[in-house]
Amino acid sequence: MSIEAKKQTIDVGDGAAIPRKSDRGLFTAWRIAFFGAIGTLLYLIKVKPDPYLNILKFVPDGIVVTFQVTLGAIVLAIVIGLITGLGRISKNRFFNGAASLYVEIIRGIPLLVQIFYIYYALGRIVQVPAILSAIIAMAVCYGAYMGEVVRAGIESIAKGQTEAALSLGMSSRQTMFHVILPQAVKVILPPVGNEFIALLKDSSLVSIIAVADLLRRGREFASESFTYFETYTVIALIYLIITLFFSKIIGVMEERVSVNR
Amino acid sequence: MVEATEIVKSYGAFRALDRVSFDIYDGEKVVIIGPSGSGKSTLLRSINRLEEIDRGRMVVDGMDLMDPRTDIAKVREEVGMVFQSFNLFPHKTVLENLTLAQIVVRKRSKNEAEERAMVLLEKVGLVGKAKAYPGKLSGGQQQRVAIARSLAMDPKLMLFDEPTSALDPEMIGEVLDVMKDLARDGMTMAVVTHEMGFAREVADRVIFMDAGRIVEEGTPEHFFTAPTHERAKLFLSQIL
Repeated sequence: MSIEAKKQTIDVGDGAAIPRKSDRGLFTAWRIAFFGAIGTLLYLIKVKPDPYLNILKFVPDGIVVTFQVTLGAIVLAIVIGLITGLGRISKNRFFNGAASLYVEIIRGIPLLVQIFYIYYALGRIVQVPAILSAIIAMAVCYGAYMGEVVRAGIESIAKGQTEAALSLGMSSRQTMFHVILPQAVKVILPPVGNEFIALLKDSSLVSIIAVADLLRRGREFASESFTYFETYTVIALIYLIITLFFSKIIGVMEERVSVNR
Repeated sequence: MVEATEIVKSYGAFRALDRVSFDIYDGEKVVIIGPSGSGKSTLLRSINRLEEIDRGRMVVDGMDLMDPRTDIAKVREEVGMVFQSFNLFPHKTVLENLTLAQIVVRKRSKNEAEERAMVLLEKVGLVGKAKAYPGKLSGGQQQRVAIARSLAMDPKLMLFDEPTSALDPEMIGEVLDVMKDLARDGMTMAVVTHEMGFAREVADRVIFMDAGRIVEEGTPEHFFTAPTHERAKLFLSQIL
């Protein structure tokens, strides 16, 4: 994940590129990739139902789990990100220090290590289902990045807005919630969409702890049938179709938001 | 209404305000002029503590701004401010711009706030724009909304920080007219502006600043016809 790029602009991400109407080339690339992936998958099933159809029948539970992890983690990450972002701009030294420390630590540890760590650390204290520990690990990691997105979004709102609100007698909290955050949401939404797609892909990492996500279901099938190449082909195509599908949805949502007003 | 004594404000080594003292009396209209960088905006913004002063004494409506126990929000409730760049809330309609602070700060009911807002929109001639978003308005209209937004809090003092400097020439008049109306209604006003015609017509007192100090102070007649200070003479000769 590119941290340097994030500092200069928050319109970056490492998810599948979100197509824009103006970006004709990318738009076409999206179409080729998306429909190509679906076509390939259908073709393989048709000409070689064994093992392709069997693989496809085996993995849907995994897709559901992948979505559970992704959705759970993104919601939690947004909450953590909001708190962290507010902490990073807070004048309260403790709050600010805690938020900064959190971001620094999380950014310095690979996600895979974090997942292991949180899974086993949590396991020592309380017995939680693997999927919950996976969601927490993903959210803790992405919350740090989300915090930076929130901070950048808030800082992108002109200082005059704060001054106008304060000069009307509003407290800094009222200013933040009535004036700054509602405007920042619009700026924050595209990078959050990117984070969502990145998180969806990174969720495959949770297959290393006992979470039966899409990748893990694939691994299970492959190790029983010894069809490694065929299975991972299907897994890769499914991930591709899902991320491309969501990048499109997010692109459309973004356009809606920017058209409004 | 305002008593400032020996106030000092520095940015690093630069002294934006250098031991400035002035008063603004109830109902008085004070116009502050001077070359750019002379400290006039800083002076105005120190009155509602958008700029925190380093030293000196600043009392606004009986509240001491240097006293750590003073709730600055309470001061700002009584002091309206109009900015060069309007600073309307773009995500809220004109009506919502006028009612927000009334509701969350003054704790008025929505109905009450809207009633007050409509009276003020009537006053600035923009009743028809109540449901519009600020982005759809001209600069002059936006600034009139910004004035109405401040007035909706029923302030005792209004600060204007170059309210017409960002406007196209044909829109300056409509904003100045609103300000003149306000002056006639007896509002206490402090105005930083380059509009000398306005200063002449409305001001009870003109303050001329240069290099962080008040260089000349007096009635408009005195200031525009017989300024005593060289710096003021030079400034007038350049702009008139």
